[in-house]
Amino acid sequence: MNKPVNPIELQFEDDGPLYAARKKVYPQSVSGTFRRIKWGLMAFCLGVYYLLPFVRWNRGLGAPDQAVLVDLPNSRFYFFFIELWPQEVYYFTGLLILAAIALFLMNSVGGRIWCGYLCPQTVWTDLFYAVERFVEGDRRERMRKDVAGGSFTPRRVAELALKHSIWLLIAWWTGGAWVLYFNDAPTLVKQLATFQAPMLAYIWIAILTATTYVLAGFMREQVCVYMCPWPRIQAALTDEWALNVTYKYDRGEKRTSLKKANELRALGEQVGDCIDCYQCVAVCPTGIDIRDGAQLDCIQCGLCIDACDTVMTKIGRETRLIGYDNDINIHRRQAGKPPIYRIVRPRTITYVCMIVGVGAIMLYALLTRTLLDVNVLHDRNPVAVKLSDGSIRNAYTVRLLNKRGFDRVIAIDIDGPHNATIHVVGVDSVTPDRPAIILGRDQTTELRVLVTAPAENNSEKSVPIRFRVTDIGLGEVASTTDNFVTP
Amino acid sequence: MTEHNDIDHVSGKATTGHQWDGIKELNTPLPRWWVITFYITIVWAIGYWIVYPAWPMLRSHTTGILHYSSRAEVAVELANLEKIRGDKMVALGAAPLAEIEKDPALLALARARGKTVFGDNCAPCHGSGAAGAKGYPNLNDDDWLWGGTLDQILQTIQYGARSGHAKTHESAMLAFGKEGVLKRDQIVTVANYVRSLSGLPTSPGYDASAGAKIFADNCTACHGDAGKGNQELGAPNLTDKIWLYGSDEATLVETITNGRAGVMPAWVGRLDPSTIKALAVYVHSLGGGK
Ligand code: SF4
Ligand code: SF4
Repeated sequence: MNKPVNPIELQFEDDGPLYAARKKVYPQSVSGTFRRIKWGLMAFCLGVYYLLPFVRWNRGLGAPDQAVLVDLPNSRFYFFFIELWPQEVYYFTGLLILAAIALFLMNSVGGRIWCGYLCPQTVWTDLFYAVERFVEGDRRERMRKDVAGGSFTPRRVAELALKHSIWLLIAWWTGGAWVLYFNDAPTLVKQLATFQAPMLAYIWIAILTATTYVLAGFMREQVCVYMCPWPRIQAALTDEWALNVTYKYDRGEKRTSLKKANELRALGEQVGDCIDCYQCVAVCPTGIDIRDGAQLDCIQCGLCIDACDTVMTKIGRETRLIGYDNDINIHRRQAGKPPIYRIVRPRTITYVCMIVGVGAIMLYALLTRTLLDVNVLHDRNPVAVKLSDGSIRNAYTVRLLNKRGFDRVIAIDIDGPHNATIHVVGVDSVTPDRPAIILGRDQTTELRVLVTAPAENNSEKSVPIRFRVTDIGLGEVASTTDNFVTP
Repeated sequence: MTEHNDIDHVSGKATTGHQWDGIKELNTPLPRWWVITFYITIVWAIGYWIVYPAWPMLRSHTTGILHYSSRAEVAVELANLEKIRGDKMVALGAAPLAEIEKDPALLALARARGKTVFGDNCAPCHGSGAAGAKGYPNLNDDDWLWGGTLDQILQTIQYGARSGHAKTHESAMLAFGKEGVLKRDQIVTVANYVRSLSGLPTSPGYDASAGAKIFADNCTACHGDAGKGNQELGAPNLTDKIWLYGSDEATLVETITNGRAGVMPAWVGRLDPSTIKALAVYVHSLGGGK
């Protein structure tokens, strides 16, 4: 790739010790399309995160009425109309697969837009920067104040105190919102306020307050550049058609100051549109120069686009000198051809199909999943027992699951060996050969089930046997198969 | 770091001066906080060695100033578990035997506890699944020498059979041959008779009426007129399909000649009452319980 380099500058930058001190970044405020998108997404993401625990969902008497709840003590996960049991954690596998493919899709469409717009690190850092700007002023002011770091005037101290207080408040509320997902939110808020919440809640709040404060307040872009593995993975996932934040050097070079450019243009010379004003660098939250080409540190936030667009508008030139673009188009333009944009192409179609496919499978599984379940485990030792009258008996451990929010009467039937009878230990059958038990709401129960069949009617060594459990009230049926074995 | 000022002319960056096969290493310094974090982890590790057990010595290991031991932690956990269990076992001990199976929670507890205790104490004879072996009754079937009700099972576990305990089940199968009560051919005849009782084929030349006569004279006292056995005496039912020692002629001849007197130890005093109770419920729930 054609990469305009200023050797003198870079040499200076790298001529330091083996370990580099952090160069503090002072992103300047900016306004424009992408900034607006970022504000919108930030409001949406934070709104969802902070408010979701307070959304109620009526699940009937005795069941939690929180729309989204991770109920660890009872091993349940509630998400609006969905209630997941521990054995259904594979839905989370499905969600992770969906998330991964969605990330692939984003990458093939717009590069690392996850990093720039949706990543929690980006969202919270952005919020913390907004606070910093609000309290301390914009880039130049902050730089000036930092240079004059030694002079702690009362005003400066008050400013710093205010900034850190707001930061800590946000961080604390971030940790607080986190624990609300694991307990009934209104109750927990009350408990927290009166210092009666479980110790674990306070510990988690402390941990998340600390991490939010440190990561969004101090580590900032360092997390993206040095700590996060995603940039490496995501950078490897983009392809030549992906729209990455790109400096169109074909248009921008040779860069020179506005005045000089105008002079040169007047003389009919060829100059670029970039006036070397460094606005794109000033606004960049990772402190890089996008004009150096695609780089790992770029989180694709598009703020440099907004900055440069403002400049271009001011000097009366076409906007989008920096824009979501790719090298293919730069080369096409250089060759005098019109740029082409291909969002719909085999790769993106594949990803969309995969998302639709996995989503459909999950939805199907969700809609067809039973709220009554039966699992059977055959006794292995002994596999079969001969009774005094010569008949054969097999014993099974039967586990019943009632995922509904009310008690139910469940009858157990078997289809298996001829003339087989069934007995459940501890249950007196009301109707002969059809034991029925009461299964508590949202509960599982383990039964010892004995199935006896006369040997003379069943000459085969092993006969399939089906256990059918029926909710007598609703008629809901679940079944599973095993074998009936003759010694 | 060695002093040098080699600049890579492609990227314009300084190199570290290292070079492999003509490939130079650019100097991309780590951020300082990163390095500091690394040093902190080293300090942390050293602190860890001091506080926790860490280094193996020749015969033991350094114990650390906290004297922490995961084994001690397990011991504490186990003690806690015993305490929790204790409460539940008290509840089990207090419940009437007949009520335990009706209460799903108590039944589950009794079965769980019974299963473990069975595995530790009873499995050597009766097998881990209580399927028994030759001479050791299968506890899953419905044939009981001393009775299969909850109370009878409890009684047997507590005091055993021929265990020497004052309240044990007593009586034994006489050694008719050894004692000279029956002669060899009489024993063969009565063995065939016993086989016929449960529908098994008899040897050619066997005299049915002679067998019945010998049986009536010698065996009915314990096994009953029809050979249906007597649980008071631990005398097995000879008409059913279950045989403790085997049903072939040779085994029966052996049984009648030398007698049988299997021993079941008494568990009272060795296991606490609620554990024995749990055991009784477990055995009863295996399927044979009456
Ligand atoms: S903001 Fe635009 S004009 Fe200014 S330096 Fe950056 S690319 Fe050039
Ligand atoms: S270079 Fe532009 S898009 Fe990349 S991080 Fe900086 S401001 Fe955002």
